[in-house]
Amino acid sequence: MKLILLALVVWALGWGINIWIARQKAGRWQSIVSAAVFGVTLVIMWELIVRGSGVSPVILPPPSMIYAAFIGSTDTLAADFFQTFVKGVLTGYAMGVGAAFLTALAIDRSDFLKRGLLPIGNFVAALPIIGMAPILVMWFGFDWQSKAAVVVVMIFFPMLVNTVQGLDAADKMQKDLMRTYAADYWQTLFKLRLPAAAPFIFNGLKIASTLALIGAIVAEFFGSPIVGMGFRISTGAGRLELDLVWAEIVVAAIAGSAFYGIVALVERKATFWHPSQRKGRGR
Amino acid sequence: MMRNLFPILTVTLVIFALWYAFAIVLNKNWAYDKAVRGNYELSFSELVADTWSQKKPRLPTPDQVAAEIWKSTGAAAIKKWGRSEGRPLSYRLGKVFGDKKSLLRHAWLTLSATMLGFVFGTGLGILLAVGIVHNKAMDNSVMPWVITSQTIPILALAPMIIVVLNAVGVSGLVPKAIISAYLSFFPVVVGMVKGLRSPDSIQLDQMRTWFASKSQVFWKLRLPASVPYLFTSLKIGVAASLVGAIVGELTISQDGGLGARMLQGNYYGTTILIWAALIFAAAMAAVLVSSVGLVERITKKRMGFVA
Repeated sequence: MKLILLALVVWALGWGINIWIARQKAGRWQSIVSAAVFGVTLVIMWELIVRGSGVSPVILPPPSMIYAAFIGSTDTLAADFFQTFVKGVLTGYAMGVGAAFLTALAIDRSDFLKRGLLPIGNFVAALPIIGMAPILVMWFGFDWQSKAAVVVVMIFFPMLVNTVQGLDAADKMQKDLMRTYAADYWQTLFKLRLPAAAPFIFNGLKIASTLALIGAIVAEFFGSPIVGMGFRISTGAGRLELDLVWAEIVVAAIAGSAFYGIVALVERKATFWHPSQRKGRGR
Repeated sequence: MMRNLFPILTVTLVIFALWYAFAIVLNKNWAYDKAVRGNYELSFSELVADTWSQKKPRLPTPDQVAAEIWKSTGAAAIKKWGRSEGRPLSYRLGKVFGDKKSLLRHAWLTLSATMLGFVFGTGLGILLAVGIVHNKAMDNSVMPWVITSQTIPILALAPMIIVVLNAVGVSGLVPKAIISAYLSFFPVVVGMVKGLRSPDSIQLDQMRTWFASKSQVFWKLRLPASVPYLFTSLKIGVAASLVGAIVGELTISQDGGLGARMLQGNYYGTTILIWAALIFAAAMAAVLVSSVGLVERITKKRMGFVA
């Protein structure tokens, strides 16, 4: 009971700090600190409430136990990470993004294909493609190849649709200007249309980065060698080793956020000229 | 629309043609195996016929999938109906709708989890967005975590969420709906925040000159302005909900649902079953998204947005 009261106090404290921060003059650090305070408050409350109300650690382990499991099984976690992320996700991501990009360039040259494929691409992008996972595991076997295949299938259409839209982003005026310079197709492509498409392409890359990790992990639920993040999560949950499962989820969360963050960072460097990336806060 | 019809049809036809071609390529090994074991020669047309009609093909053809869908929906219902001849109507209807193997029943289970999660997620998303727009502290602290929450592969959490909820005695629809809700709240938060902030400063100033209170600004300006954004998010959200429900069913397969059917097909190697569930899920996604689109069009028309 005391611990729960303490949790409420921590919550009030965190809330108070954030309100105080919000009243300060806006600066770069403001939102970062504020978010950090919120996160830390949540973790402390989790720990206190789980301990205070006597929730069985089998159901919801407190953060300290998850941390202990994380430290205690770094070897397993590293092997799982290597199997799922480096082998499955990154290979699949590279192949899927590359294939979608080349297809988009090919489609773009034909108005007929564009009108035919875009609506279908949009439709497929909304489908529960993850359901393909069991089929692809059957086709490509249990190892990482099938995971990479699931990733490719999952990210292909979102990437394709975004790239095709991006290639349409250049203004008519700008295209006309390129014509007056007597630029050929490739010059126009590399100097005008691809740069203009960059924000859309990066949007696709970001969507694909989150989809890729999900695809690889879920694919492992359908069969995998005895290593891999999805394998560990599903078997760990079955054996009620929830601290290990949570540690694996922490790894997945960090990997997912880092992957997304790296793509976003590259975007900021590459498309610094775009309004959404310029300095200064919007409303 | 009409202008696009011909290209779309052409592309669809090409996809079907490729599908049949791939079926030959992927299934031919099994056909050859059988031929070697039975000690007979396969001509090309026999090979094609065999690859398109195997019982457990690596890639079933579209017509096999369609036949399976019909068998487990319409044909099954007709059979049940015919077999209970002479019983009272309510009993017969119960037989038809209570058919455990019917794809329709599985689809209904998935749909109800999807809708429950979608409603939860949308409600939560709208509430969060309203809080974020009106409270700077919340904007600063919650928004980054909302975004981070989506880089966490939530679908990977599905088995654990379900095990944990089962342990505390929550089972059935709710665990699946929670996964759906988690997936669908994000687009709603992002869209609603954008929408609630979309009124121009001119419009906000106008409200100020009318001495409108904060709640009046909210109900009469911000909320109506956010409607188009909300609907765009809802379309993404409903599709995400369906994915969440299906992945949830992959873990609690004993309750049934389209995801459970896929898993079942995976265990027994009956690819046709997986494809039938997959195509059915795809059709459901299309219907869900387009019905949200329909509501969107009607609402926008009523509210006087230019279509």
